[in-house]
Amino acid sequence: MPSFLFWIFAAVMLGFGAAVVLNRNPIASALSLVISFLGLSALFMSLDAFFIGIIQILVYTGAVMVLFLFIIMLLDLRTETRRKMNVVAVVGGAMVALAFFAQICSVVGQLGAAQQSFPPLASPKMDDVHSVGLLLFSNYNVPFQIIGVLVLVATVGVVVLSKRELR
Amino acid sequence: MDYVFLISSFIKIVALFAVVLGIVNYTVYAERRISALIQDRLGPNRVGPAGLLQPIADALKFLAKEDLTPGHVNKFYYWLAPCLAMIPAITTLAVIPFGSTLFGVPMVIADINVGVLFVFAIASLSVYGIVIAGWSSNSKYPFLGGVRSTSQMISYELSLGLAVIPIFLLLGQLRLTEVVRYQIEHGWMIAPFVGDWANPHKWLLAIPMMISFVVFTIAIFAETNRLPFDLPEAETELVGGYHTEYGSMKFALFFLGEYVAMITGSAIIVTLFLGGWHFPWIPDGSQGWGWGLVNIFVFFSKVVVLLCVFIWVRWTLPRFRYDQLMRLGWVFFFEIALANIFLVAIILAYFPS
Repeated sequence: MPSFLFWIFAAVMLGFGAAVVLNRNPIASALSLVISFLGLSALFMSLDAFFIGIIQILVYTGAVMVLFLFIIMLLDLRTETRRKMNVVAVVGGAMVALAFFAQICSVVGQLGAAQQSFPPLASPKMDDVHSVGLLLFSNYNVPFQIIGVLVLVATVGVVVLSKRELR
Repeated sequence: MDYVFLISSFIKIVALFAVVLGIVNYTVYAERRISALIQDRLGPNRVGPAGLLQPIADALKFLAKEDLTPGHVNKFYYWLAPCLAMIPAITTLAVIPFGSTLFGVPMVIADINVGVLFVFAIASLSVYGIVIAGWSSNSKYPFLGGVRSTSQMISYELSLGLAVIPIFLLLGQLRLTEVVRYQIEHGWMIAPFVGDWANPHKWLLAIPMMISFVVFTIAIFAETNRLPFDLPEAETELVGGYHTEYGSMKFALFFLGEYVAMITGSAIIVTLFLGGWHFPWIPDGSQGWGWGLVNIFVFFSKVVVLLCVFIWVRWTLPRFRYDQLMRLGWVFFFEIALANIFLVAIILAYFPS
């Protein structure tokens, strides 16, 4: 992928990620998060990980965030938009974030692997859907099966609960 | 960069866009004429021969109308919503193989390996347009329409996703061109007449495929907010649903978005279950560009037939009640689709071809 696309999508992701925090309107925040997710999935796709990118959109943008938005709209949080910013809290939050960032920088800087440049991505032998499937069903088969049963139990539970008639 | 690829992609995008918008316009016309036929009326028959110029007149009317923004709406989101309703529907067309090859160029804009998941992912974004329209209008009925639409689309996305899993269990592929290629070799998913048609394994598989087809088609009806599932814009209850506060071109964009979504839905049904651009005894585009054009024509003919079914159903069936709609989605189609997956898995495991 041309590198300018990387910069565009990274900027979209970070910009709207910041907008999630800065917006006072909860709906605007939720929608910013949606666009941030779209940028993230574009970055995944730029690494030829189409499957992960699409699942990112399908699960988080298409389902989870819609439900979030749905609930926010039903709650009708108008007071949030009128609330004033607490300067002390903002400064404190920024300090914590900066300290955390500095710490990560110093740790990564001392890491041996961080000194070398990244090796180029190995060209895949098969497409990424197959690679993901192969890995899940061979190396991680047992955890995958357990998660599958868990999700199935949850869906059956939801159906049973919603089928029960209230008297 | 590969200039042939760039230029051919650009031509394909423009041509597909033009064809789809043309079909949209005449679907609206067909909707009005067929509804008139069903209700024993005449329908629009004054503009041009048999009213064929009516869509152009409608478009001009929408463009020339005053673009009114009500005072009580949330301006930015009110403007954003119609665009968000239109864009996902058009974007999904990118991965659908609408023809074989023309001059050696494959007739699909982006042949990506996650094909149908891409369609679902982008189609799931179309709910934002409706939700934001309902919310930003700041009025009761649009909001109710938006809320209804959200829960309906999320509920039926489950059946939609589960209904196509049997196909991918069979193929081991998500690429839509591979689905079409399989159907050329082994017959259409729900009607395996061509290829090795005497093979009982394929006819056994056609049973779960038929179930998938029915569930998928009905879920597409619900996803596109068409009758009998048009609760989000039920005129008798909600005035006009989520687009009550919209007028002129912004309303037209919602309208277009709905019809483009119908076309996309039909195109996916055709690709997955009805053989895509394939028709028995018609060679593909490698036999000459004339056949390539015939393949494209076959594809769009199938889409048009399905669109007529959409219209026919709309003017035949009454609307569901909301609790019926939810029960149908969650405790009926969901279970059928889930059981269907097990059925296909059992057939594939114990009755190998």
